[in-house]
Amino acid sequence: MKIRICIIAAVFALVAVGSGQALAASPTLDSIKSRGALKCGITTALAGFAFADKRGVWRGFDVDFCRALAAALGVKVKFIPTNAKERFPALQSGEVDVLFRNTTWTLSRDTRLGFDFAGVNYYDGQGFMVRKDSGIKSAKDLDGATVCVNAGTTTELNLGDYFRSNGMKYKAVVYETGTEVRQAYEAGRCDVHTTDASGLAAQRSAMKVPGDHIILPEIISKEPLGPAVRHGDNEWGDIVRWVLNAIIIAEEKGLTQGNVSRMAISTKDPEVQRLLGKTGSVGDDLGLDPDWALKAIRKIGNYGEVFERNIGKKTPLALARGLNQLWSKGGILYAPPVR
Amino acid sequence: MTELTQEQGKVQLISWRNPAVRSVVYQIVSVVLVGFAAYTIFQNTVANLTKRGIASGFSFLNIESGFAISEVMPVPMLEPGFVSFISSIFLGLIAAFVLHKWVTRKGKTVGGDYRLVLLTIFFIFVVPAITYLLTNHIFVTETYSEASSYGLGLVTGVFNTIKMSILGCILATIIGFFVGIARLSSNWLVAKLAETYVEIIRNIPVLLQIFFWYFAVIRTLPMVRESINFFDVFIINNRGIYLPDPTPLPGFHPFLIALFVACVGVYFRLRHVKAVQDLTGRQLPVLFPSIAILIVFPGLVWMGLGAPVELSYPKLTGFNFTGGLNPSPEYAAMLMGLSIYHGSQIAEIVRSGIQAVSTGQKEAARALGLRGGFVMRLVVIPQAMRVIIPPLTSQYLGVTKNSSLGVAIGFPELVSVGGTILNQSGQAIEIIGITMAVYLAASLMISVFMNWYNEKMKLVER
Ligand SMILES: N[C@@H](CCC(=O)N[C@@H](CS)C(=O)NCC(=O)O)C(=O)O
Repeated sequence: MKIRICIIAAVFALVAVGSGQALAASPTLDSIKSRGALKCGITTALAGFAFADKRGVWRGFDVDFCRALAAALGVKVKFIPTNAKERFPALQSGEVDVLFRNTTWTLSRDTRLGFDFAGVNYYDGQGFMVRKDSGIKSAKDLDGATVCVNAGTTTELNLGDYFRSNGMKYKAVVYETGTEVRQAYEAGRCDVHTTDASGLAAQRSAMKVPGDHIILPEIISKEPLGPAVRHGDNEWGDIVRWVLNAIIIAEEKGLTQGNVSRMAISTKDPEVQRLLGKTGSVGDDLGLDPDWALKAIRKIGNYGEVFERNIGKKTPLALARGLNQLWSKGGILYAPPVR
Repeated sequence: MTELTQEQGKVQLISWRNPAVRSVVYQIVSVVLVGFAAYTIFQNTVANLTKRGIASGFSFLNIESGFAISEVMPVPMLEPGFVSFISSIFLGLIAAFVLHKWVTRKGKTVGGDYRLVLLTIFFIFVVPAITYLLTNHIFVTETYSEASSYGLGLVTGVFNTIKMSILGCILATIIGFFVGIARLSSNWLVAKLAETYVEIIRNIPVLLQIFFWYFAVIRTLPMVRESINFFDVFIINNRGIYLPDPTPLPGFHPFLIALFVACVGVYFRLRHVKAVQDLTGRQLPVLFPSIAILIVFPGLVWMGLGAPVELSYPKLTGFNFTGGLNPSPEYAAMLMGLSIYHGSQIAEIVRSGIQAVSTGQKEAARALGLRGGFVMRLVVIPQAMRVIIPPLTSQYLGVTKNSSLGVAIGFPELVSVGGTILNQSGQAIEIIGITMAVYLAASLMISVFMNWYNEKMKLVER
């Protein structure tokens, strides 16, 4: 009898769950607010982008964007490490609210996987790394090589495309996390390590002797890496998009972590006034406080600061701005106007 | 009095107080509720998937996958002719079964008459073989590449799981029986060694052991250029072991048939030996004549056909050794981890099985004049098997399920490949459904087989 009561209860619970979606501006934002924390999906470990430092604090380029987003919402941030395979089910199922996890914006992810991309925070492309003493100078010399690669990535797909279209053979050895890929390559399980060029620089910086490895000149794909959210909650997508844009606009306008609080009071630039909530209603329009952008910029600084602090020339990754320079300075980083 | 009860009975027939009626009603209600629950879950899932724009259905299985799987093999894809092949196997089995029933009804056994044995062999082996030769399109083999479909990728994953599980079960069984018997050895050193092995291995999680073999043992082998090389025949480095690979040449099929005929020959030789022993008590030699039959006849055929197998040797070309048989480090580590761990579990099962046979049995066997090995083989093990088989079944299930740990070291078994397809296609529910169905089917198959075997080994009351 008890069992049958349980069944009945379970059925009612299911029906209730099925029909109990409240009408709200952004269900995602609502649940973040009531929880008091943003759940941000990041990598399990990728130097410069998302890694736990000696004291166990998450640091890195993607981590900073999570922090900025949480600051704009006025909530705490909870980091959820995911490997490449886990990240999409984690986002689909609501285990994370947003992925800031070097995720490439592709058509199938945008459509059949049910996501929306809120922009691009790093323009990248896939490269190859080999041991210096192998004598290999070009990706065209890789016929017959064994390649270590991360499962569930665009990387493994591009790898297949590249070798196929160049009539070359290869043997893929596929691991679940970037760390496993790096360690296998370092131990000589593979001749080649392939991932996004930024990922290669990050992984090389984590190797025993980074100088023993070189990144080949060929870039074989486009990898626009950006934040992904679930399709269907457009208001939430707008928030993520505009927090990212605010960080980019901050660099255009010369707002920094240090000066932004002062500028919020003293600026004469109408667009900056609107962005920082002195005039206009952009905060309201997004469903946020008027000082949302101010809080985000105060937290992490502008795009250039985030870049230089985590992955720029002075860091072990030593990445150049390249494509990720502002459009006005020869790059393609370009944020729509705040109006 | 009787009248009355019958009256009451009729009334009660459809009354709530009748337990039978209540039970039926309860069952109907339960089924309806469960059905409704399942339907609601299904509806909700579909609605939620649609709302979020997530693709669903199984048509994705035909989409080109685009990614590589590190271990592939030719897998059979069924063709229409497969139906007749399968039917001929079934018909053969049914015919053999009917024959068996018919003979038993007449109070004889199939084994009692060599013509019946030959007929059974004909039904079970020769009929399907003939169908195989007559039908062209039973299956085609396809080898996965990045140009193949997600579906073929999944099938490849399934075959990697099978490849892992079968060899794992066999090795674990061999290890288990040796160590289990060794634990009961009267030789102190042997018994202690076996005990130490069991106690250490049994208590370390199998995943850790797999990691140990993969990272601490195989990873530290020399790099390709510094490979350990035994005369270019057997090569070992941190990318695996390389062995000469036998490739069958045209004459290989007749050789297989010769081998089969030799097996049948050995069977009849054994029958003859038993018959002679039953009649006269004389024991004819068994081992050497059997080996002779097994080696000499196929051997002659082999030579007659001019050795219909070619060995291809591994060669260092460019980056890697190519050619030859190359079990990957991932496969090797999985195999070692699983068989050594489950071997220790099976050792305990075997030991307890043997100890469950009462010493009276052994003493009686010795009193009858049987020598040590015979006591074990003829009296103890057959009885111990009845205790051993049921827990052995769960070990085999364990090997199969634990093969999914391959995902942790990059061995592309079903869960690993499924996970990648799930990620690339986004169709979580379908992939998880397929994975569960495959494991369920595998488990059921192992259980059915082991139950059948258990039934066969049961104590036959005479
Ligand atoms: N951009 C590619 C690849 C992203 C990716 O997962 N890269 C790996 C290799 S560097 C990584 O970050 N792994 C970190 C981890 O496993 O946690 C994609 O979106 O598919």
